[in-house]
Formats: sequence, structure tokens, C-alpha cells
Amino acid sequence: MAGTAVRGRLSWQVATVAAVTEETDSVRTIALNLPDWPGHRAGQHLDVRLTAEDGYSAERSYSIASADGEPVAITVERLDNGEVSPYLTQELREGDQMEVRGPIGDWFTWGPHDGGPLLLIAGGSGVVPLRAILRHRKRSGSAVPARLLYSSRSLAEVIYREELNEYRGTAEVRYTLTRSRPPGWGGFSGRVDDTMLARVAWPAAERPLAFICGPTPFVEAVAELLVARHYPASRVKTERFGGA
Amino acid sequence: MTSPVSRGFHRISRPAGADAGKLPPGQHVTGDYPVLSAGPTPHTPLEEWTFAVRQGGTTLRSWTWQELLALPAETITVDIHCVTRWSKLGTVWQGVPVRTLLDQIDHDAQYVLAFSDGGYTTNLPVRDVADGRAWVAFDYDGRPLAPEHGGPARLLVPHLYFWKSAKWVRGLELLDHDQPGFWESYGYHNYGDPWREQRYAGD
Repeated sequence: MAGTAVRGRLSWQVATVAAVTEETDSVRTIALNLPDWPGHRAGQHLDVRLTAEDGYSAERSYSIASADGEPVAITVERLDNGEVSPYLTQELREGDQMEVRGPIGDWFTWGPHDGGPLLLIAGGSGVVPLRAILRHRKRSGSAVPARLLYSSRSLAEVIYREELNEYRGTAEVRYTLTRSRPPGWGGFSGRVDDTMLARVAWPAAERPLAFICGPTPFVEAVAELLVARHYPASRVKTERFGGA
Repeated sequence: MTSPVSRGFHRISRPAGADAGKLPPGQHVTGDYPVLSAGPTPHTPLEEWTFAVRQGGTTLRSWTWQELLALPAETITVDIHCVTRWSKLGTVWQGVPVRTLLDQIDHDAQYVLAFSDGGYTTNLPVRDVADGRAWVAFDYDGRPLAPEHGGPARLLVPHLYFWKSAKWVRGLELLDHDQPGFWESYGYHNYGDPWREQRYAGD
């Protein structure tokens, strides 16, 4: 949707934590109860505002982890020198409140009408909006072919591993591990490179639609490789995580 | 509406006293330089690079890379504010004022649409770029501007959220009416004043 229509202001609303799920040692998914949520599309994000007892407040943006039509959930990775992510991943518990507004962003989104074939490439917690896309694809019964290539430091740091493996019936899910590999590891090793993409990326002639999300150097490198493989820039959508 | 207290949440960082007034609402200081862009980073050879001012499909004036560098440049020290909530204080740039370019053209445009390699666009009122508050910047922190940060040249409009400082900028389209650019068509605010927290459409 081109967003040129006049819109109302996105208001802050009170969210109550409905459930907390530990995904890995440093990542958790937070399901939110948001009575006035207007609905979202896979790939969008939202803003969170936390307020301390002394009135101090901090705001951050997080990708939405759930599919269209599902209750809102975010998946947060702890950054040890952060102010908000340690709170969300360690202190927060069911029943706690925060403020939320959204959904935000109409570019890095996917629905069945956007077609494919889909190439999803994730670096670390960049998998979050791509998981929302895969969930939406499955829930909507879309037959658009999809491949996920997920780069993680180790198998233990793979987020949503069980769920992603369940998609293997209808999508291709591949991992590459960059730091440590379990004995007998049969997946890819090391950083995403052209050899890996030669095996995973749809040929450009099939007019694939690519979504890349992760840390900036990861996204820069993968996007360049896809352009070199003749993907039109307009079919390579990126979302980068800053260091903040 | 009074904000509910988030149980157990406390302030950890605090901007130094001197910096406290420099942060627009909802922003926090970063020492890093995060990147926000929608697609792959374009690479245009400098010998093919031009900066063009166009109107109604006609190029009124254009400058080659060498011609741009030959214009008087300014050193600009400014705070920059990204809509994704980071701010970076005291960044140092070199660039040519947009005013210097527009002063060489006879026009009565009210708006400009900046255009970039890769198809990115962003819209601005003429008064925001023609009054000495906007530059075509090609040097950051004493070095040529890196491609992932918009090099070889980007617009620098630091009084607005940083998406208005179009990376990989290649020129301005002069318009008599306002026309939303890329992010402005995907849910972000049309003007983007960080001090009025104009992040999203409707703010």
C-alpha cells in the first residue's frame, strides 16, 4: 500500500505482558495484550516506551515477531551495555505494563499478494521480522516458494529453531554457523558468501523477492552479493540493526 | 494519558549535563553510526557522477564531481537525529551549501524532491534547503564519505530527521507543489522535525 493517504496519529497505548518465552540464553519473546491494536502486517515494527518511577522514560523500536492477525509479540535480544534490552530480557515478567505504538513501516513487509519466490536472509536476531513473514505465509496458506538462510554464531543462538524446522515441509530452511559448530554439523559454515548463495538464492530470472535483516555489515555484504547475482535493487529489501 | 510505571525499570545512562538539552524527545545518544536504508548500497563511479537540478523533466543546471568540489565548501559541526531514535552529537562534515547551487538558478519553486542513486527520494520545502541549513556533503569526520553512509555525496539537512539527508544524492527536482518521497510514502512524517517528534504520518 502506498501510504500517501492521510492517517491519524499513532497513539501510545498501554500494553500488558501476556507471556514471556525464553528463546535462547540472551533472547526472549514477549507476548503483549493490546486491546486497541489496529492490526499489523508481517515485517512491520513498533515503538516501546518504558517509564521509571521517577518519570524517566526510554523509547526503542522493535520488529514485530507475530504474523498478521496474531496477538502482538516482540522478540528482544539482550545487549549488555543497553538500558532497555537488559530490562526486557531479564526483569520484565507477565502482568507488567509498558506503552506501545504502531504498527510502523510499510516497506519491509510481505503478504501473499507480493508474490515471490521469497528469499529471506537473516543475521542473528534479524530473523525476527522474517519469522513473522514465514508465519504469515504458513497461516495464509500461501503457495509462494520460500527459502530462509539464517546466519548464527552457534546452533544454541538460533532463535525459533523448533518453529523454523517445522517450516521445512513447505519452505527451505538453511543455517550457517559462523563461530562454533556441533560435531557432525551438516549445514553451512562461515559467513554468507557467493558460494553459499549459489546454492540457496533463486536465480534472478525467477524474479525473486529478497528480504535481508541483520547487523549493518551483514546486510551490506549480502545485498551486494545479490546485486552481483543480478537481483534488481528494487527487489532487495533491507532492514539493518544499528549498534544502539 | 499518564504513562504507567514499568515495574523495575530504571535509568542507567544519562546524557552528560551539557548534552541534556541537545536531545529531542524520544532520542538517545549513540557513539556508533548506525545505518538506515531500504535496499542495496549503490556505487556510481565519480567520473559518471553529477548533481543535477531539474524542473519538469528538464535539467536546469548540473555539476560534475570536480565542479562540485571546486565550489566553496563549509565545515559543518552538527547533531544528527535518526527517526529510529539514535542521535549522534557533534558530527563534523564538509559540504557545499545547497543555497550556493540554487542561487545559480532562476526559479520560484516551493518544494524540492531530492533524488538519489537507487531510486530513493525525499521531499523538502525550498526554504529548508535554500537558507543555509542544508548541504551536499562529501566528507565525514575528515574522510571521504563512505558508501554505506551515503558516499560519494549525501544531502545534509540536520535540522530534520536524518532520512531527509538523502544518501547517494544526485540532484533536486524543483516543484511548485509538495510530493511525498520514499519514506514519506511508507508511513513516515512528511516534514520530520525531531523537536516536534514528527516521526510518523499523523504525528
